[in-house]
Amino acid sequence: MTRTAILAALSACLALPAHAEGRLNIFNFGLYTPPELLEQFSAETGVEVTLTEFAANEEAIARIQAGGHGLDVVVVSAYYIPVYLEQGLLLESRPDQMANFANVAPGFRSVTGDPDRHYTAPWVWGTTGVMVNTARYSGDINTAAIFLDPPDELRGQVNLVPQMNDTIDMTLRYLGAETCTSDREALREARDLLLVAKPHWASVDYPSFEKFVNEDLNASIFWSGAAGRIREANPGFAYGWPATGYMQWTDNAAILADATNVENARLFLDYIMAPENAALISNYTRYGNAITGSEAFMDPGLLDSPELTIPAELVGAAIDQRLCPPEVQELYSRIWTEVMR
Amino acid sequence: MADRRFSVRHLPGVSGIALITFVVLYTPVLILVIYAFNAGPVIGRWEGFSLRWFTAALENAAFRNAARNSLIVASVAGLVATLCATLAALATTRGRRFRGEGGIYLVLNQPLLVPEIVLAVALMILLAQIKQATGYHGLGWLIIAHSTFCIPFAYMPIRARLEGMDLTLETAAMDLYASRFYTFRRVTLPLMAPGVLAGFMLAFVISLDNVVVSTFVKSPGQETLPTYLMGELRRNLSSEIYAISALLLFASVAVVAASWLITRRKP
Amino acid sequence: MAETSTPETRVWRDELRRRWALASPAMIVITLFSILPLMVMVVYSFLAPGLYGNVIWEFSLRGWAGVFTERDLFDDTLGIAWAHVTILGRSVALALATTALTLVFGLPTAWFIATRHPSTRAFWLFLITIPFWTNLLVRTIAIQEVIRADGTINRILLSMGVIDAPFAMMFTNGAVLLGMSYVFLPLMVLPVYAAIEKFDFRLAEAAYDLHASRLYCLRRVILPLMKPGIVAGSILVFIPALGAYVTPRLMGGGRAMMWGNLIDLQFGQGRNWPLGAALSVVLTLVVAGALVWYVRATAAKGGRDG
Repeated sequence: MTRTAILAALSACLALPAHAEGRLNIFNFGLYTPPELLEQFSAETGVEVTLTEFAANEEAIARIQAGGHGLDVVVVSAYYIPVYLEQGLLLESRPDQMANFANVAPGFRSVTGDPDRHYTAPWVWGTTGVMVNTARYSGDINTAAIFLDPPDELRGQVNLVPQMNDTIDMTLRYLGAETCTSDREALREARDLLLVAKPHWASVDYPSFEKFVNEDLNASIFWSGAAGRIREANPGFAYGWPATGYMQWTDNAAILADATNVENARLFLDYIMAPENAALISNYTRYGNAITGSEAFMDPGLLDSPELTIPAELVGAAIDQRLCPPEVQELYSRIWTEVMR
Repeated sequence: MADRRFSVRHLPGVSGIALITFVVLYTPVLILVIYAFNAGPVIGRWEGFSLRWFTAALENAAFRNAARNSLIVASVAGLVATLCATLAALATTRGRRFRGEGGIYLVLNQPLLVPEIVLAVALMILLAQIKQATGYHGLGWLIIAHSTFCIPFAYMPIRARLEGMDLTLETAAMDLYASRFYTFRRVTLPLMAPGVLAGFMLAFVISLDNVVVSTFVKSPGQETLPTYLMGELRRNLSSEIYAISALLLFASVAVVAASWLITRRKP
Repeated sequence: MAETSTPETRVWRDELRRRWALASPAMIVITLFSILPLMVMVVYSFLAPGLYGNVIWEFSLRGWAGVFTERDLFDDTLGIAWAHVTILGRSVALALATTALTLVFGLPTAWFIATRHPSTRAFWLFLITIPFWTNLLVRTIAIQEVIRADGTINRILLSMGVIDAPFAMMFTNGAVLLGMSYVFLPLMVLPVYAAIEKFDFRLAEAAYDLHASRLYCLRRVILPLMKPGIVAGSILVFIPALGAYVTPRLMGGGRAMMWGNLIDLQFGQGRNWPLGAALSVVLTLVVAGALVWYVRATAAKGGRDG
């Protein structure tokens, strides 16, 4: 038995070369990549795709900075692109010269951090607000108080999704201060409020959707698309846009400077700018995309789903996700570390 | 020995607590296995018996890839660890004790003394540098990492077996002018084989179960069954996860049962 | 060792060389992939943190200073890092509580198994071994199923009308304690069983025949004989419980954080690798300390467990 077992194991091992022709390693946020998209891409190009998931921009860049990651494509929030560029982590792959770039809606041909689209192709865009189980709490949900000063019905059942900039930005606005303020008094107030609110949170995590569907958790800071997916499974959940300010963002795909499968990565960036593929991403993630013509391929009702229909009076409360000046960003980090542990 | 009068063995309450312990130990696992056979998609709502989640898992390419990686890593790491441990056990058990033997023993058991999360993070730091320098991102890193912490587990039963072994047979063979190698192959090896097999199986199961080190060492596309399960847990708690858990459970039980039968057989 | 090269010493020297050679593959693998990484970790704990993770190669004590102290964000005063003290305290407390809980249930169980008739003993022993070899993650998922809001216990209590709203057990220290005790229980039972199995029951019978009370017999005869097993079991439970990562992560929901999760945080979102490295070194030292205590405690009895 043993000799054949050894041979079998060894040959299986050797049959897995490190850089086979036709591979592509994608690094994306969790629950953000439709499996059909990867399957279709593989079927059409013959490239074998693997997906690795991360939770936050900070986590992704830490992993990439550690080196030896073997990744090719990374999805980056627009505001975070300058951080990647400053560290020299992205390849100037010129998506603006790719065949499908013509499909990109004019409003998305330039994003914060990559004004001429020399590095990134758009993935999806959406908002970060709050999500509440209205079966448990029937009051106003267009407020950041859901996580900063939870109503009694929700205490101990609130989750905080650990997104540093989003959380602190929304907290500052809730306190009447500006985002990225250098006013230390306002930042201190924000920290203190978060620390006071923390005992009311059940968890600080990226929980699985089932935790909400099964009502283990009943409120959270949440993303519009993800909230839509939960509402479909448990109609009690509703998405709210805090009147004092909620986040609005764009995520983008880029090629890493030390990617090993650059050509396949270029193929992929071009691929996601085709209308039918962008629609696939939207259908799965329930977010809007930047590709004109993709509407024709979208699920009916997606574009006017409750999560994508911002009430007119709240449109103005959107905060563009952005990176603060380094000294403020440093304070954000330290506040965050204090809140997280 | 069956002395019914005698009551020290039968301390009051002991059997009760012990039976409660067994019930508590098995009930959650049984519930998990039962729900793996649930026809409905929602955990906790029984809708009849079905194998659909097992079929779904087996048809799931990501699961199959993870299962393949797990089997490759566990068998190769198990073999490497068993080989290293067998040689080391031969060096440290028979004959006169020597200076440095204590040191060897300490090194061999060192991976057991380090908290798993510490070893995992430390390996991540070191291997990130090596991966970058060599450009190799294959399964080899997972295999060597697993081999490392499997060595002490493989070493334990092999050493125990060798210590219980009678040296006279080997001496007799040598006295009959059998070569050292011939003696080893014909006398020592067959005698120690059950210990070696038990060591391999231990190492295999330990590798198959590892989550933490794999999480920090794996390269893209190298999900093992436990890391895949951990990722899926974050994604959604579905009946399919329970089916995969049940499969892992059956695999471990099968290996343990096999090794149990082998080691119980007298030489 | 004598330098004269009599035939006997030459044979012994060959033998020694052969034995070192046999041990070397295992030694090399462990040195390169377990000891060396730890050394790297120690080095990293003395470097400066990079802005977005990783380290800057310059000597710094900030990692070590951060283990127990922190500078206030706003008034820059140096104070004790209470958050760390809380987490480290919780880790030690939960690990001790886990040890105690597994002892309460593990001791009678081991006793029960050891006192079965030899023909059925193997079966009971097999029953306790299965969970031991079953994937820890799978067992954590199983216990989570039982106690989550929509889980088995709540369903039963709700349907019986004992409670009218689900009892929230997840994401608490209690959930972590329960999860760890469940997962580590076999580690307590097996060594205690091994100690009891060696135990000659005639000793107890003799004590009993000499009219020792049951309690006296238990305290003076049985407990001392079980002690090595209890000590070994406690160490085997305490060490993995102190550094536990998976179970607190799943059962604690990122709030009831333990030491292992704090280390993970520093290498992920916390982006403070030197602090993470220093915390790792401290954890390793605590574990090593517990082991030294164990070796002392068992060696003092003059017993060698071989």
